[in-house]
Amino acid sequence: MNWIKTTTLIAVAALTAASCAKQMDLKPKYGLNAETVYSDPNNYINVLAKLYAGLAISGNNGPAGQPDIGGIDEGFSQYVRVLWNLQELPTDEEICGWSDPGIPELNTMTWNDNSSFVSAMYYRIYYQIALANEFIRYCSDEWMTDKGFTDAEKSMIAGYLAEARYLRAMSYYHALDLFGNVPFVDESDRPGVYFPEQISRSNLFTWVESELNAIESGMMDARSAPYGRADQGALWALRAKLYLNAEVYTGNPKYDLAMADALSIINAGYTLETNYAYNFMADNHLSTEVIFPVTFDGDRTLTWGGSTFLVHSHIGGSMDQNDFGVNSGWQGNRATSAWYALFSDSADSREMVHLAGQEDTITDITTFTQGYPITKWTNMGRDGVAGADATFPDTDFPMFRLADYYLVYAECAERTGTNQAQGVAYFNMVRERAFGHASNNVATLNLQQILDERGRELYAEAQRRSDLIRYDQFTGGSYLWPWKGESQFGAPTSDHYNLYPLPSSDLIANPNLQQNEGY
Amino acid sequence: MMAFTTGAWAQTQSVIDSNLLAELDEVIIIGYGTSNAQDLTGSLVSVKAKAFQKGSFATPEQLIIGKTPGVRITSNGGMPGAGSRIRIRGGSSLNASNDPLVVIDGLPANGLGMLNPSDIESFTILKDASATAIYGSRAANGVILVTTKKGKAGGPLKVDLHVVNSTREVTKSLDVLSPSQFVDMINDRGTNTQINRLATASGYEKVNGSIVMSDSARSTDWQDEIYRTGSVQDINVAITGGIANLPYRLSMGYYHENGVLNRSDLKRYSLAINASPSFMDGRLTANVSGKVIKDDNFYANQGAIGTAIFFDPTRPVHSGDTSFGGYFEWLMPNGTPSTLSPKNPVGLIDTRNDIGGGLRSLGNVLFDFRPMGDDLHLFLNLGGEYSTRSGTIDVPAYAASNYINGGEANKYESHSYNRLLEAYMNNKVSLGALSMDITAGYSFQGWRNYSPSFANLSANGDTISPANPFPQDTENALMSFYGRVNGNIDNKYLLTATLRADGSSRFSKESRWGLFPSAALGWNVLQEDFMADQQVFSSLKLRTGWGITGQQDVYNDYGYVPNYSYGTLTAQYQFGNQWVNILRPDAYDYNLQWEKTATTNVALDFGFFKNRVNGSIDLYKKNTTDLLGVIPIPAGTNFSNRVLTNVGSMSNTGIEAMLNMVLIDNENTNWEMNLNASVNRNEITKLTMVPDTTHLGIQVGGIAGGVGNTIQIHAVGAPMYSFFSYRQLFDENGRPIERNGDISSYAGVVDTDGNGKIDIYEAYEDINGDGIINSSDLVLHDMTPEPRQIFGFSTNFSHKRWGMGMTWRGEFGQFVYNNVNSNHANYFEVGGSMRHLNNLTADYLNTGFKTQQYLSDYYIEEASYIRLDNLYLSYDIGNLFKDKYPARINASMQNVYTFTNYSGLDPEISGGIDNMMYPRPRIFNLQLNVSF
Repeated sequence: MNWIKTTTLIAVAALTAASCAKQMDLKPKYGLNAETVYSDPNNYINVLAKLYAGLAISGNNGPAGQPDIGGIDEGFSQYVRVLWNLQELPTDEEICGWSDPGIPELNTMTWNDNSSFVSAMYYRIYYQIALANEFIRYCSDEWMTDKGFTDAEKSMIAGYLAEARYLRAMSYYHALDLFGNVPFVDESDRPGVYFPEQISRSNLFTWVESELNAIESGMMDARSAPYGRADQGALWALRAKLYLNAEVYTGNPKYDLAMADALSIINAGYTLETNYAYNFMADNHLSTEVIFPVTFDGDRTLTWGGSTFLVHSHIGGSMDQNDFGVNSGWQGNRATSAWYALFSDSADSREMVHLAGQEDTITDITTFTQGYPITKWTNMGRDGVAGADATFPDTDFPMFRLADYYLVYAECAERTGTNQAQGVAYFNMVRERAFGHASNNVATLNLQQILDERGRELYAEAQRRSDLIRYDQFTGGSYLWPWKGESQFGAPTSDHYNLYPLPSSDLIANPNLQQNEGY
Repeated sequence: MMAFTTGAWAQTQSVIDSNLLAELDEVIIIGYGTSNAQDLTGSLVSVKAKAFQKGSFATPEQLIIGKTPGVRITSNGGMPGAGSRIRIRGGSSLNASNDPLVVIDGLPANGLGMLNPSDIESFTILKDASATAIYGSRAANGVILVTTKKGKAGGPLKVDLHVVNSTREVTKSLDVLSPSQFVDMINDRGTNTQINRLATASGYEKVNGSIVMSDSARSTDWQDEIYRTGSVQDINVAITGGIANLPYRLSMGYYHENGVLNRSDLKRYSLAINASPSFMDGRLTANVSGKVIKDDNFYANQGAIGTAIFFDPTRPVHSGDTSFGGYFEWLMPNGTPSTLSPKNPVGLIDTRNDIGGGLRSLGNVLFDFRPMGDDLHLFLNLGGEYSTRSGTIDVPAYAASNYINGGEANKYESHSYNRLLEAYMNNKVSLGALSMDITAGYSFQGWRNYSPSFANLSANGDTISPANPFPQDTENALMSFYGRVNGNIDNKYLLTATLRADGSSRFSKESRWGLFPSAALGWNVLQEDFMADQQVFSSLKLRTGWGITGQQDVYNDYGYVPNYSYGTLTAQYQFGNQWVNILRPDAYDYNLQWEKTATTNVALDFGFFKNRVNGSIDLYKKNTTDLLGVIPIPAGTNFSNRVLTNVGSMSNTGIEAMLNMVLIDNENTNWEMNLNASVNRNEITKLTMVPDTTHLGIQVGGIAGGVGNTIQIHAVGAPMYSFFSYRQLFDENGRPIERNGDISSYAGVVDTDGNGKIDIYEAYEDINGDGIINSSDLVLHDMTPEPRQIFGFSTNFSHKRWGMGMTWRGEFGQFVYNNVNSNHANYFEVGGSMRHLNNLTADYLNTGFKTQQYLSDYYIEEASYIRLDNLYLSYDIGNLFKDKYPARINASMQNVYTFTNYSGLDPEISGGIDNMMYPRPRIFNLQLNVSF
């Protein structure tokens, strides 16, 4: 009798146990896995959106939360923000008063391989590349055929594929420009534990070049892409940068090819905004000049980097944040007197700085009221109405815009000695827009004039470091500005600072890597 | 956990109880059973109700603070209902949880929570692998078995009433600059803007460019303004009895605490029931255990605690008009509150209504079936736990703290579920001199955590940020098979062997299962013939054990799944006129695995003078391998730069000792003492996949001030969370030297380069001598937040009707980074170009720092302390009415006094970074116990 009950008890327990066994394979209830995502062609656009958003948002929650990369404050790590910091803070254009780790050494060109901003940029780049590789893997013909996609779906996805490859090429371009010799991974490398090989700077140049050439015909026509997405205009703009700096990257100049791409852009139908300032306002999506923007929106695309950073960080001292359509000033970035000296002519409408209460000389980097806060980044619209949100501006970041390519053309014309008259004409178009008339036009050009014009036209747009390097004025002693080389009046620096170091964390994680010279 | 008493043996050793003489016959609760103390081979400590701390407690772990060696319990401050951080033998994980497993009456539960302390009969803390390995993958950080009070079969109906009333007060306030010191400082260093701003305070006049205080000058002590005298009312009623075959206990509790921070308030209601009905002539017993705990809180705005330190002391609490609720606030020129300025501490508290509460219910039924005889038990344990928390946060639109958004009206909600099914058997077998006790079983436990997402709203209901499209909803499950054999030869030689196989849904099929074995030997030396004649020892036992336990609580239920997740509606991206939801692959490690901790334990238990002096010494070494760490991985190989993976190894080595003494024990008088001490040393032994000696380590310990500053590091060869900073240089007068300072103001500092200024290498030690100070000059200090030695001392004395006792404890050799001073003791913090003035802490008078020196080791202070934790006096009134209603009164104090050199408010800071926590109050209790 008792044994019967016992047996029953054990049987009940065993049965319950068996039913529990099935409960061990637990999967997330929301979200999907790679297999399910790419079985539905309608999901592709959401992943593509993430590839673009990787330039704008720092994680899966806007403005912060579920960060893409770790080891640094999430807002600091946003793509445009770190790119901007690495391209601007070590130059004459910007200096930042915050003493957060990683910033002081950017101001003074004294970084090392433990610098948090250097590694944030590096990992941002490789985050984008890993995302793109995964997406590209699932755009293969075999996969799509296997899943029974229709021809229309396949061709739609083929277009996405070209854009994904473009975005990957752009991030590799940033790796090439900032870090030089870097690890290389493409879609044939699946996520897992392995050690990527290092690629030389010149081989990476060749790879980016061939990749851009390969996808050119698959991209949408210039000026035809929906706002925010890349088309052939964006491709030419990137490739022009690649060629413009080819001599720095490989030792072999390719100014003729840069000029050709600049011309393609000029002929594509972009036009200069009549008002320079319109390119940097809350409604700059209306700009006819922007070739490829990184978009932000006060309600839907929120970040502590991007234009949130660009607008807030330049506000402090006696500035009124309400004039910029935002609710606070972060009291960080100012320009140095060396850059401000480029504006000898006060009629230049591009001279957008706050002067009241500011001192010329920066004796203490942390004092905001020393130096010249740049005012071009704002959350006010051209109609005088502020953006939707007072914390998170609507202002988009122009990664590439037309005026740049007029100057690229002029520079290539000077450097190659071809079509110089056309170059001067394009240069003067930029000048005329700045002054509102032709009386400040030039008749002839030299290279220093072009560099200075780039400083006046493209300041605070994450271009300056690359430009100074191309003119051999970034490191060394040929051009000094306040706090270069940790000196109030500027001091020569070692040439190894032309490249950023690979972060020590990746040298430890990946034994295939060799550090850049000098670090 | 179980209400049965077999002759089972297993593990343990020491028992703290006022009746120490009975120790060896004590029945000790162990994992899946009980044992006699003398039969134990493992390392565990049992603390019974009589030895608990006396007073009023919102959470139960405080009952045993300082009572057991090797257990560090650090309360999370003085907020009503704040829990504690519990570390047993140092903690064996880096990124996985270091919390011990908590088992309440046989149900592995989600922590201790706010279980009513007065329902608890005993805590048993399992420490070494021989004791814990039966809990397998969750046992690496020790196990706490909680047993609640039960009725007795055939006992008479009894009602116990237990009432405590207490008051609580802040022990001290932090030293900040007084108004006159503040004025002196501004006069000395202030810019025109700062002086003019100070002149706007009432009674502070600008005369010849300096501020002069008038007699009517306003002065506000902000710390005074936000704290009050708190109180507790704690009422518990318990009904125990046994109706024939149904022993039962039913208890109800009401606990109401007014915290010392204004408006902070907790009410806890609890209900507990234990009943053990028997059937089939006692062959089947069902042990039913259920608890329901409800708590209602007003969470006072703790942001005020920090702000009260540095809010301008020359400003009034109330502005005199009605804007912003009538509180003085710093304003923009347009009259709105200045965003980056601090907000009035009193206003912060008064304008934020954060009202939340929770309901926790847990229970189980343990069927104990003896089909034949008394030696074979079949158990079925069915249990579950459900808890929910929810609340609302309301800030009116006029409040300065959230003026930008027009106030807030937010809510939150979460639910967690946990269900358990367990079947196991226990059988006693005797073969001549060898007797064995065998346990074998199966268990399945599943967890689910669910919390819906809500939009953030302004006070008038406008959406500030929309709700996430999906709730948080995750599950995990653990399936296990386990067994234990206890062998005993002639009561001389004891053997325990256990084995548990755990399968966790948190890992892939290939790495899902883990095996956790242990073995231990005990030798009752006194049982040997050659000891028969000795008179010195009354007990002597050697124990040694080895075993492997695991850790799988990695805070991520799906770490191995190649998952894609959607972004929120505030993380969309613009394609043309559309905003597209983003979909992201998450980083993962398919090969994610258990952490494994191998523990070796050697111990000696001893007793003299008929055990009136007894104790034990344990030596242990724990080696954790496959340590789960979030580490940088090769760039481009996964969907993040850091992934949680099994990467390193770590060790904990230590000694624990305990001594119990009964100094007097006669009819009228009893005097006992308990001393315990422990030493633990943690060391990380591996941290990277590829061995690399140049690897500094992983910087951790984020501090307040700046963004991304850290003050600690996990480095190979050092304990985890070692402090990592620049080394401050001092002048001849012991004053810390500041970069860019005027060299002539420092005694004995030679101006080598003749620029009259302190260069950075004159302020911090230039470790590599390259003339610049950068991350290469950060020093790995032999300082950690964990104490090197922990001591506890309790004594109880009773004479006739009087009783008294106290508990002391001390922690030595731990360090705390004084983030309050590093943030608020430099002139920069006064606010140069801001629209406010901030006060500084008094440490400014020592340093005179102009700017923040976050990474200076000047702020890393030794935080050793000795605390008189508990003091009580009790009197047995006797029967209140003829021979009925026995009563006892008790007066006690908690957190009586702390001896320390630490300069902050309280040296006991878990994690070692002091940022002004809710202060632990000093508590005065008056307690009455009556039985009916």
